[in-house]
Amino acid sequence: MDKTNDINLPIAAVLIILPILIALICLGIGRYSLAIEEVITVLLEGIKASLLRGFNASSAQDMAYVVVFNVRLPRILLAILVGAGLACSGAAFQGLFTNPLATPDTLGVASGASFGAVLAMMFDANLIVIQIMALIFGLIACLITYNISKIKGKSSIVMVVLAGMVVSAMFQALVSLLKYVADPLDKLPSITYWLMGSMSSATYKTLFLGGPFIIVGIVLIFALRWRLNILSLNEDEVKSMGMNIKFMRLVIILSASLITASCVSMCGQVGWVGLLIPHIARMLLGSNNKTVVPISISLGAAFMLIMDTFARSATAAEIPLSILTAIIGAPFFIILLRKTGGAWS
Amino acid sequence: MIFAVKDGNFGYNKRQILHNINFSVEKGEIMSVLGPNGVGKTTLLKCMMGFLKWNRGRTYIDDAPIETIAPKKLWQKIAYVPQAKGAVFGYSALDMVILGRSAHIGTFKQPRKEDIAIARQAMDDIGILHLQDKLCTQMSGGELQMVLIARALTVFPEMLVLDEPESNLDFRNQLIILDTIKNLSKERNISAIVNTHYPEHALQLSHKALMLNRDGTSFYGTAAEIINEDNMRKSFQVNVHIDKFERNNDTYRSVIPLSLA
Repeated sequence: MDKTNDINLPIAAVLIILPILIALICLGIGRYSLAIEEVITVLLEGIKASLLRGFNASSAQDMAYVVVFNVRLPRILLAILVGAGLACSGAAFQGLFTNPLATPDTLGVASGASFGAVLAMMFDANLIVIQIMALIFGLIACLITYNISKIKGKSSIVMVVLAGMVVSAMFQALVSLLKYVADPLDKLPSITYWLMGSMSSATYKTLFLGGPFIIVGIVLIFALRWRLNILSLNEDEVKSMGMNIKFMRLVIILSASLITASCVSMCGQVGWVGLLIPHIARMLLGSNNKTVVPISISLGAAFMLIMDTFARSATAAEIPLSILTAIIGAPFFIILLRKTGGAWS
Repeated sequence: MIFAVKDGNFGYNKRQILHNINFSVEKGEIMSVLGPNGVGKTTLLKCMMGFLKWNRGRTYIDDAPIETIAPKKLWQKIAYVPQAKGAVFGYSALDMVILGRSAHIGTFKQPRKEDIAIARQAMDDIGILHLQDKLCTQMSGGELQMVLIARALTVFPEMLVLDEPESNLDFRNQLIILDTIKNLSKERNISAIVNTHYPEHALQLSHKALMLNRDGTSFYGTAAEIINEDNMRKSFQVNVHIDKFERNNDTYRSVIPLSLA
């Protein structure tokens, strides 16, 4: 990997096609299974039909239509958004904190967002309020971590990780407190299930409410991806490059926290993606964030699609996502670490 | 360009660190900043570049106070070369040098072909183009320091500020760094302010010297004048012998520490 790599046309094509292809395959997987050609036909027919506003097909196709459009598509879209979003925000946090171990999970942002979301759920709030509460507490967690870890204007990798652990533990305790006082018949099971992570609540409505936040965050981070390289230098160096460091940091923190909060409020706490995927991206084409961010977005989406399809179709009952990502993510990460010897190259 | 500090004072709380600092560096001049550990050499660099605020006094560029100059403009005149400490992310050397072009690249834009060409040229100018694909995490201290100098040169600065550029390097790498700074001053009229631990390097390299003392006072003048046995004793609390000799029509000075004062 001793080369200056860039994303050329063929690589860009692969990055775009890969998640789409996996999405098409995943749309066909499930108790009512469809071949990829059938999926494409149903999708095209459906789109044509919704354009013409008159859908009169045979009953077999009707069934396929319902399964694809009403059951699986919202979930697939949510998986794409969440996977791309969490991987992208992981890459952003890592650049920002000059820390290969910084992720929404390790910084406590995800726990903070969970707390905000659970708090809103306790009061039967609607999704927008849940999102806003998740964002507010996610940001608070991020700022606390940042301020604890900063000593004399510098924050070491170890301090960031330790501060993140502490903040994360604190918010998890607060979540436990909320669970403790929650109605054990009604609220508690739903909160517990939601915290373990699931895409099963995906509907077009939740997508329309939460999706735009994730997309805005991803677009901002994508546009600023080269700047992330500069932000990963030390503070004086960044200033000496004539950059408004405070403003740029704020934009990145806001974008990454926005993504995390939105993901958490739609599908609970899904770990590992923000750590695993950016590292794979670095191993593929080097550490330049110009390439790390786009690869993370694409691979994150692909990874989450596969995980969620597995979660919903591997067994009769659904497996919570966070359990899957951890069980598959942790050993995979250990193998990667052993192979590279922890060199973040 | 004339870079000057007038009456610079700085301290944390009640502890005064820098007291009435005065100096000016003109086009092509090199000034060394000397002083014992912890006396405030890095603090001085931070204050004069505006990373820290002087408690009293000001920094001027061509008679304009530094805080009145827009950051983008300021950092095209002076470029800061931090001490090369291990890099965290494995950016390639070329990617690292391109980062220097930051002020010339739109906020949401990527580096263009010309930025890459300028970065390559800067590396070529100081003879490190062969390093372009090497990862910063796999470089020696000397290589990384040269990469950071190349990065500073991509803005075509009129002055370089270097923080202990030759610390932790072996003889050969020290010489490479010193020669590079000297050549930039001679051939391109780029002035430099260099923090250093080595009085010999200051004598070899610089026209002027600023020696900081523990009590906050300082000596300032031409390097040969300031770096004498007397001042070394006062500032470093070390008795030294300064020797002068000639080799190949060049005069060299060596500073030999004799005993604690």
